[in-house]
Amino acid sequence: VSADATMALLVMLPLVAAIGAFVWPRWARPVGMAATLALLFLGAWLVVLVSRSGHLSQAIGGWAAPLGIRLHADGLSAMLVGAVAAIGVLISIHAHGEFDGSGGKESARRARYFWPLWLFLLAALNALFLSGDLFNLYVTLELLGLAAVALVALSGGRAALAAAERYLYVSLVGSLLYLMGVALLYGGHGTVDLALLAERVEPTTHARVALVLMTGGLMMKAALFPAHFWLPPAHSSAPAPVSAALSALVVKGGFYVLLRLWFEVFDGAAVPDAAQVVGALGAAAVLWGSVQAMIQERLKLLVAYSTVAQIGYLFLVFPLASNATDRGVLWTGALVFLLAHAAAKSGMFLAAGNIKRAAGHDRIRDLDGITHTRPLSAFTIGLAGVSLIGLPPTAGFVGKWLLLGAALEQGQWWWVGVILVGSLLAAAYMIRVLTHAFMLAPEETPSRPIPRRMEWSAFALAVLALLLGFFAAAPAALLADVLPGGGGP
Amino acid sequence: VTLPQVVLLGILLSSFVTGCVIFLLKEESHRLRTSLNLAGAALKVALVCVLLWLVLGDESPHLSMTVAPGIVLALGADANSVFFVILSSVLWFWTTLYAVGYLEDSPHRSRFFGFFSLCVTATVGIALAANLITFLLFYELLTISTFPLVVHRGTAKAMSAGKVYLAYTLGGGAVLLLAVAWLQSIAGPVAFTERGALAAVVESHPAELRVLFFLFVLGLGVKLALVPLHGWLPRAMVAPAPVSSLLHAVAVVKAGAFGVVRLVYDVYGIETARDLGVLGPLAWLAALTIVYGSVRALFQDELKKRLAFSTVSQVSYITLGTAIFGPLATIGGVVHLVHQGIMKITLFFAAGNYAETLGIHRVSEMNGVGRRMPWTTVAFTVGALGMIGIPPLAGYVTKFYLKKGAVTAGEDWVTVVLVVSSLLNAAYFLPILHRAWLLPPADRWPAERKFGRLETHWMLLLPPLFTAALVVLAGLLADAPFSPLAWARLISGREYGP
Repeated sequence: VSADATMALLVMLPLVAAIGAFVWPRWARPVGMAATLALLFLGAWLVVLVSRSGHLSQAIGGWAAPLGIRLHADGLSAMLVGAVAAIGVLISIHAHGEFDGSGGKESARRARYFWPLWLFLLAALNALFLSGDLFNLYVTLELLGLAAVALVALSGGRAALAAAERYLYVSLVGSLLYLMGVALLYGGHGTVDLALLAERVEPTTHARVALVLMTGGLMMKAALFPAHFWLPPAHSSAPAPVSAALSALVVKGGFYVLLRLWFEVFDGAAVPDAAQVVGALGAAAVLWGSVQAMIQERLKLLVAYSTVAQIGYLFLVFPLASNATDRGVLWTGALVFLLAHAAAKSGMFLAAGNIKRAAGHDRIRDLDGITHTRPLSAFTIGLAGVSLIGLPPTAGFVGKWLLLGAALEQGQWWWVGVILVGSLLAAAYMIRVLTHAFMLAPEETPSRPIPRRMEWSAFALAVLALLLGFFAAAPAALLADVLPGGGGP
Repeated sequence: VTLPQVVLLGILLSSFVTGCVIFLLKEESHRLRTSLNLAGAALKVALVCVLLWLVLGDESPHLSMTVAPGIVLALGADANSVFFVILSSVLWFWTTLYAVGYLEDSPHRSRFFGFFSLCVTATVGIALAANLITFLLFYELLTISTFPLVVHRGTAKAMSAGKVYLAYTLGGGAVLLLAVAWLQSIAGPVAFTERGALAAVVESHPAELRVLFFLFVLGLGVKLALVPLHGWLPRAMVAPAPVSSLLHAVAVVKAGAFGVVRLVYDVYGIETARDLGVLGPLAWLAALTIVYGSVRALFQDELKKRLAFSTVSQVSYITLGTAIFGPLATIGGVVHLVHQGIMKITLFFAAGNYAETLGIHRVSEMNGVGRRMPWTTVAFTVGALGMIGIPPLAGYVTKFYLKKGAVTAGEDWVTVVLVVSSLLNAAYFLPILHRAWLLPPADRWPAERKFGRLETHWMLLLPPLFTAALVVLAGLLADAPFSPLAWARLISGREYGP
C-alpha cells in the first residue's frame, strides 16, 4: 500500500466501517473487529513507512495548502496512530465480549450503538494525529469529543447521562476557546497550516492571546487540573471498553495538539514563565488526582482519578522542555510515559470492568478475595498498577526516569519532588486495592462467569506496558527528528 | 551471543520462566508444580556452577541492552556477583524444597510459588546487575514480588503487615531512585567498578557526593533493616516460614546488605568513601543497629520475632565490616553475607518445623522440644551457637575478622560493640537451648502432627540439616580453597590497591 493510500485509509476505513456497522447492526461486531484488525496493519505499516522515509505528506484530492486538506505524518503522528491501532484492537476484543447483545433489549441497544460510535472515534483519532493544520485539528477534536460523549451516554443510567452532558458542555466550550485562538491566528498570519505558521509567527500580544485561548481550550479537553472535574464521572460511569478508550486515548488528543502548538508553532515565542504555570497545573493534577484516588470508595472512580494524576505528569514536560538543551530525551520521556499510561490504564479499566461484572459491584472494601475468584483480572490490575506507580521494569518507569533525569540536570528541584511524591501516592492507592484483593474472602463469594477474551485482552494491555519498558528505544528512534531540538537534522 | 551471556540470561530465566508457567498451573497439579520448581532450582544451581567455572577461568561475562536514552540494562559477573549468586541459588534450592513440604495442602499454592520464583529472579538479578540502574530495577522487582508472599495467608494481620512492608520498602525505593537519578545527573550512568566509579567527579562534587551517600544508605537501609528503618521486619513475621527464611537469609535483607557492599566498594570505592568521611557515620549506625536489635531480641517471647530482631542485629555486621577501612574488616563484612545467610536460614527452618509439627510458636512453649525433635533441635543449636560466635562455627570466623579489622584500623570501640553483641546473642539464644535440651517437656504439645518414623516431614527436616552442616563446614574449613572465607579474601584483595 502506498504512503498516500495508507494515510487516507487510516481515516476512511473506520469511517466507512462505522457507517456499515450502523446500517447493518447484525454485522456490527464482525465489521468492527475486521476494521480494527485492518487498522492494526495500517498503523504498523505507517510506522514502518515513517521510520523509513521520515515525514509523509499528502494533499487530499490534489488540492494544496492553504486551500485543500493535507494529511501529514511524522514520527510523533505515526507513533500515536500505531498506539491507537494496537490498543484499539485489544479494546475491540474486550468489547466483543462485553457487547455481545445477549441480555435483553437494553444490552442489544448498547451493542447496536457501540460499534458505529467506537469506529467513528477511531477515525476521529487517526484524523487528529494525521492533521497538519489548525482548522482540521479543530474539526477532528470536535468529532472526537462528540463520539466520546455519545459513548459515555451509552450505558444509559441517570448518572451516565448527567456525566455525558457535563462532558459535552466542557468539550464544546473547549472547542470554542480553541477555535477563537485559531481565528485570531488566521487573522494575523493568513494561514492555519502548522508548518507555515511556525515560520511566520511572531511573539506579539495577538499571537500570545491566541496561544492562551487555545491552551485553555485544549486543557479542558485533556482534563488538566483544575479542568479535570468532568473526567472522573464520565470515565467511571461508561462501560469498561469505553472507559479504557477514553482514558487511554481520547484525553491524549488534547495533549498532542498542545505539544504541537507549543513546540512546533510557538517554539521560542512562548514564555518560559507560562510553561512553568502549565507545569504547576500538571503538578497540582498529580497531587490532587492521586489524593482523590486514595479516598475513592469505588474501583472505577479510583482508576479514573488516577488518570487525572497521570495526565498531570505529561504536562511537566512543558517547563522542562522550555529550558532543555537536549530535548530529545524529554520527548522520549513524555511520549513513553503517554504510551505507558495508555496501555496500563486501558488494561486496568478493562480489568476493573471485569471485576465489576463478576462481582456485580466495584466497592473496593468488598472486593476481598478477588485474587482467588478472578486471578487474571486481579493480576492485571497489579501489573498495570506497577507501571502507573512507575516501578521498573515497566514503561511507566522509563518515562518517569527520563523526566526525573531532566529535572535534576536542569536543577528544577520542585518537579523532582512532585514526581517522587506522585509515585508514592500512586503506590498508596494501588496498595489499597491490592490489600483487599489478596485478602481471604469471608465466605465463598458468588462470581459470575466472564468470557475469557475479556480477561486476556486486559492482561495483554498490561503486558504491553511492561514490554514497552524494555523496548523504549524504538519510540525514541521514531521521535528523533520531530519536534524542534530532538537532535535531528 | 556467547556462552557466558547465555549462562547469565539462563540464571535469570531459569526461575522467571518457571514462575510464569507455575502461575498458569491449576491448583491441583501438585506433582507437576513441584517438579517444575525443583527442576528450575536445580538448573539454576547448575548454571551458577558454570558461571563460577567461567569466572575462575578469567572470563568476565557481560550482557547489556539499551532500553532508552541513558538507560542501559547490564548484567555481568564479578567476584561480588558470583559470591551472592551462589548463596542465593543454593539456599533457594533448599528453601523451595522446604516450602513444598511446608505448604502441602494449603490454598493458593500456584500463586505462592509463582511469586516465589519471581522473588528469586529478582535476587539473582540484584547479584548480577552490572550497573546502578539495573540494580534498581531488580531491587524494586524484589519489593513487588515479595509483597504477595508476605500477605500470603490473607488474614487481617497479614494485610496490615503487608501494608507496612510496602510503605517502608516503596518509600526506600523512592529514595534510592532519587539517589540513582541524581548521581547519574552528576556522573553519568554508573557501572559497578572495582575500587570505585566516581574518581572523575570526586574533586568537583564532594558535598553532593556526601549527601548522596546517605541518600543511598537511606534507600538501601530499609531493606537492610537499619535502625530506625527496621520497623517492617518483625511485623513481616506473619508470613509463612519459608518466606521468612527467604526474606531474612537470601533475598530482601540480603539485597540491602549487598547494596551497601556495592555502594561502598564498587560505586564510591572504599578509599574515596574514606576520604569523603562517610564511613564513620555508617559504622556508628551499624553499631547502633547491632546493639539495638540484640537488646530487643532479648524481650521477645515469640520465637520468630526473636529471630527477626536477631536478623536486624546480625545483618548489620555486614554493614559494619563494610564501613571500616581495611582489608581484614572487609573480609569480615563480606563473608558474613554468606555466614549470616546459612545460619539464619537454619534457625528459621527449625522454627518453622516446630510450628508445623508441634504448633510451637513461643519460646516459652519450647521446654523439652529437643527430645521430641532431636534433629531439628541439633540444627537450631548449630545455628544459634554460630550466631553467638562459638568456634569453630561460621559466625566465629566473621567476628574474628571484624575484630582484627577494627583493631588494625584503630577503631577499638568496635571491639566493645562486638563483645556486647556476643553477650547479648548468648543471652537470648542460650535460654532457648537450655529449655529445648534440659527442661522436661510439657504433657502435650499445642498442636502435634505425626509424620511416621521421622520427627517431621522429610522435606522439612532435610533443609535445616543441610544448612546446619554448611555452618559447621564454613567454619571448620574456612582456610580451604573455595570456602566463603577464601572468596571474601579474593574480593577484599581486589577492592584495595596493590
